Amino acid sequence: MTTVADTLLELRGIGKRFGGLAALSEVSLHIRSGEIYGLIGPNGAGKTTLFNIITGLYQLDEGTFQFAGSSYARCKPHVLAHAGIARTFQNIRLFANMTALENVMVGRHVRTHAGIWGALACNRATRDEERAIEKRAHELLHFVGIQRHSNTLAKNLSYGEQRRLEIARALATEPKLLALDEPAAGMNATETESLKELMKKIRDSGVTVLLIEHDVKLIMGLCDRVAVLDYGKKIAEGVPEEVRSNPAVIAAYLGGEVTEAPRPQAGEGLG
Amino acid sequence: MKLHRPANRHLLVALVLLVLPFIIDSLFGHGWVRIADFALLYIMLALGLNIVVGYAGLLDLGYIAFFAVGAYTYALLGSPQFGLHWPVWVVLPLGALLACIFGVLLGAPTLRLRGDYLAIVTLGFGEIIRIFMNNLNAPVNITNGPQGISMIDPLHVGDFSIGQRHELFGLDISSLHLHYYLFLGFTLLVVLVSRRLENSRIGRAWMAIREDEVAASAMGINTRNVKLLAFAMGATFGGISGGLFAGFQGFVSPESFSLMESIMVLCMVVLGGMGNIGGVVLGGVLLVILPEAFRHGAGPLQQALFGAVVVDPESLRMLLFGLALILVMLWRPAGLWPSAQRRRELAPDETVAQQEQETVYDHSR
Repeated sequence: MTTVADTLLELRGIGKRFGGLAALSEVSLHIRSGEIYGLIGPNGAGKTTLFNIITGLYQLDEGTFQFAGSSYARCKPHVLAHAGIARTFQNIRLFANMTALENVMVGRHVRTHAGIWGALACNRATRDEERAIEKRAHELLHFVGIQRHSNTLAKNLSYGEQRRLEIARALATEPKLLALDEPAAGMNATETESLKELMKKIRDSGVTVLLIEHDVKLIMGLCDRVAVLDYGKKIAEGVPEEVRSNPAVIAAYLGGEVTEAPRPQAGEGLG
Repeated sequence: MKLHRPANRHLLVALVLLVLPFIIDSLFGHGWVRIADFALLYIMLALGLNIVVGYAGLLDLGYIAFFAVGAYTYALLGSPQFGLHWPVWVVLPLGALLACIFGVLLGAPTLRLRGDYLAIVTLGFGEIIRIFMNNLNAPVNITNGPQGISMIDPLHVGDFSIGQRHELFGLDISSLHLHYYLFLGFTLLVVLVSRRLENSRIGRAWMAIREDEVAASAMGINTRNVKLLAFAMGATFGGISGGLFAGFQGFVSPESFSLMESIMVLCMVVLGGMGNIGGVVLGGVLLVILPEAFRHGAGPLQQALFGAVVVDPESLRMLLFGLALILVMLWRPAGLWPSAQRRRELAPDETVAQQEQETVYDHSR
């Protein structure tokens, strides 16, 4: 990318502890508007913890959290959803006993206003809003390609369709940043490929995407920039090609001597 | 008249509901009109609880407390207890408002609780209210303790009291019939409110919380406010029903608000069909009428069969009630008349078939 896009999300010195365990320490990253940003790392590296901090499920212990120019440290999830961060879950969390359409309609909650009095009076404004919600929900189901299942209960959808429905539901909140937690987990090659297309389509529609992935191959072919976490620390950041050849990353993934590559003094004895 | 036209069907239902008390009166006698009145009160209660349990998925075992708040508000402000005789149109909304406040008071500390834990706390809350009513007779006598409050003003509008018979349109209409119409009006209002809430943004938010609270909050739903709203709405219905109950009965005592009553209302919701208004109404009707029918029928039946009353009808009634509960839960776990959704939940094969059909037909759209 040659043009310098404005920063959408900026994290500085994020730290999170669970009891005595430091799940994250000194993690800083910034995500620019309009890119697909990948976050990778081996199991237990702290990806999901960081992700939960970004979406408000966990509260950070240290550091600053700036999103679209304002600080959102220690905010509740619904505040962040309102600010424009939407997410999916690693282990799908749909509203299982609601239809696909209803699931997406719930996503519209944060951008609509009808309260209890509107519902009781059932006046024109409420009815119009309700119709607009339904229309938008249909559009989003179409966008992710599961419009023909709009009246199916979420739990009866196939695995891949459930992943797509989660994305549609998240998009319904009109996010600036869409955070996807391992969306390709458990998918076969064809499904992964079409998911990739969907993510590109989402980026092209103007939504920034933050993608956590296990599968390095998927990240490499898709992301504009990538950060790598290992043991709660960021060990690399940059364009995919750069990161792929970073010795620390290779060490982390191949399980080599973690101390060897990143520390220059280790090599001094050889010279 | 074509019955499949919704307008005509509504008209027919309205007609049946209008003449129902007269039919009941002539077929079964006066006592049964009173039972119909009670059924309507319980339907209102069950619909209120349905908002909390059926829509928002918050198990509330102390729901009868809100009924008690409404009833005691009416009783204290419209009886010789304090010599106050406030008009009904002030007392009823006040009772509803107080119940609503109590709903929020109960909801606020229990926001983080779910399932079993929430059930225990709400159960405690229900008991606290009852015990308060039981003991608030000393040192200052407020509720008259276990003796309860009697000689409560009948429901009235201005000078028109429905506590006595009236000559209307050339018909001699008894107080029980008048109560029936009043309660019917309120019940229809509660049904309407429930329906509108169910298909609204708020209703969807309740169901989202029922399904997955974490995901709901990630979708931008302020779970605290939305849950409090469910408690408040449910409690308001309970309060209205309680006020009507006090005016109808003319007497309230803590005994009417025991845990058994809470469980009874919960059974109406669960047996009838959680989350489905029609099912909840059906549950309310059945659970009021069947035990009564049994109370009246069991004695004579035993007399005819065995020549003597072998088992006390009262204990037999509870025995059969428990049995019915178990059987329904085994065979129709979603209730007698489940919502379309619950039906689909419990019939996965059917859903798959339906899905297949949709796939086939979709190409023609």
